[in-house]
Amino acid sequence: MIEFHLDGRSGVAPYMQLIHQVRQALRLGLLCEGDQLPKVKDVAAGLAINPNTVLKAYRELEYEGLAGARPGIGTFVTGTLGGTSLAAHGPLRRDLQRWLAKARHAGLDDESIEALFLNTFRSAAEEDIA
Amino acid sequence: MTAVIETKGLGKRYRRPWALADCTLSVPAGHVVGLVGPNGAGKSTLLNLAAGLLAPTTGTIEVLGGPAPANPAQLARLGFLAQDAPVYAALSVADHLKLGAHLNPGWDQSLARDRINQLDLDPGQKAGTLSGGQRAQLALTLALGKRPALLILDEPVASLDPLARREFLQDLMEAVAEQDLSVVLSSHLIADLERVCDYLIVLVGSRVRVAGPVEELLATHHLLTGPRRDPATLPDGQQVISGSHTDVQSTLLVRTSSPVLDPAWTVSEVGLEDMVLAYMRQAAGPGRRRTSGNHLEVQK
Repeated sequence: MIEFHLDGRSGVAPYMQLIHQVRQALRLGLLCEGDQLPKVKDVAAGLAINPNTVLKAYRELEYEGLAGARPGIGTFVTGTLGGTSLAAHGPLRRDLQRWLAKARHAGLDDESIEALFLNTFRSAAEEDIA
Repeated sequence: MTAVIETKGLGKRYRRPWALADCTLSVPAGHVVGLVGPNGAGKSTLLNLAAGLLAPTTGTIEVLGGPAPANPAQLARLGFLAQDAPVYAALSVADHLKLGAHLNPGWDQSLARDRINQLDLDPGQKAGTLSGGQRAQLALTLALGKRPALLILDEPVASLDPLARREFLQDLMEAVAEQDLSVVLSSHLIADLERVCDYLIVLVGSRVRVAGPVEELLATHHLLTGPRRDPATLPDGQQVISGSHTDVQSTLLVRTSSPVLDPAWTVSEVGLEDMVLAYMRQAAGPGRRRTSGNHLEVQK
C-alpha cells in the first residue's frame, strides 16, 4: 500500500497530485497489478482533503485503465506502466550514478546537473521527432 | 441534484446597514461548501439564518427542502457548530454525550463514544478544562452524533493551532467520506478551504460576489497581462474582477466561460487565493487600493 502526500504550494490540483503519485509508484514498481489503493476514507482523513477529490483521481485512473473499483471493497491496480522495463532499472540506475559522480567531479552543482540532463533529454526527444 | 440551502432575495438588517442583502443562492447537496469573506461581510448572519437562529428581514431561505427556522424534525437533520465551538464548561465530556442523546431523536451513541475514545478524551473531564482543540472536537462530536444531513460550521478552526486545525479537518473529512453529509463552513484560511471544499461562496460587504464549484471557478477565471488597455474595450462576456495598470501594461483578472483568444494577452491560471482576494478588493471599492474593475459590479 502506498501513502499519498500533498504539496500545497506546487500549484498542481490535488487530484492531479494523487494521480501522479500512483503513476510514479507504478513506474517504480512500488505498486503492481492487483494491489489495493488506499481507501477513499483513509486518504480524505489522512490528508484532510475532500473525499470527492480522491474519487475524482481514482475515476481518472480507471479511465486510463490503470485502476478498477470493486464495489464495497476498494480500488485496485489493474494496469502497469513501464511494463517489462522494470528489470532494466537497476543497471540504468547504476550507469546514472556513475555519470552523476563524474558530473560532480567535473564541478557541476545540482542545478547545473539538472539543467544539463533536462536539456539533453529535450534535444534527444526533438531529434526523435525530426 | 437537490439543494441543501436555497435563498431568494434573502436579507437581514439588525439596525442601520444591511448585514446581508439580496442574497440569492442555491447550494447543491453532497458538497463541502466554503464560505469566505472579510470580517463583517455577513458570513455568520447567513449561517445563522440557515440554522434557523435568525429570522430574515426580507426574502426567503429554505434548508433541506423546508423553510428555516425549522420544525423539530428538520432541526434533527441539521448540525450547527457556532463560532468558538461553545460547550458547557461545568459539564463533563460524558454529560455532553448524555445531553446529546436526550436532545436528539436520531442520536448515534456508538459513533459519539467511538469518537471520544479515538480522541483520547477522558469522559469524566469537565469541558471547561479542555484545550481549544479538544473543545472543538467535542463540539464536532455532538454535531456528528446527531447524524445530520447538513452540517453548518461557523469559523470552526479559526482559534486552533495548526496541528489541532489539521486534526479537526481530518476528522471532518473522514465524516464526510463515511456519512451522507453536506457541509457548509466559513473560514478565512483559504489554504484550508482549498483542501476541503469543492464549492465556494465569496461574500463581501453583505453581498454574494461569486458562488460555484471550485473547479468551475478556477477554470473560468484567468489573469491577463498585456499592453495597457481600457477594460471597457474587452469583449462581452469577459468580466473584469480586478485590474491594475502601469503606463504601458495592464494586468486584469477576468471571469469568462469562453477562451481568451486575443493574442495581445498572456493568459495564466489563477489560484483560489488570488481569485478570492480579487473579489474582496473589487468590493472594497475605490477608497481602498483603487482598481480599474470597480465600475463592473458582479451582482446588482
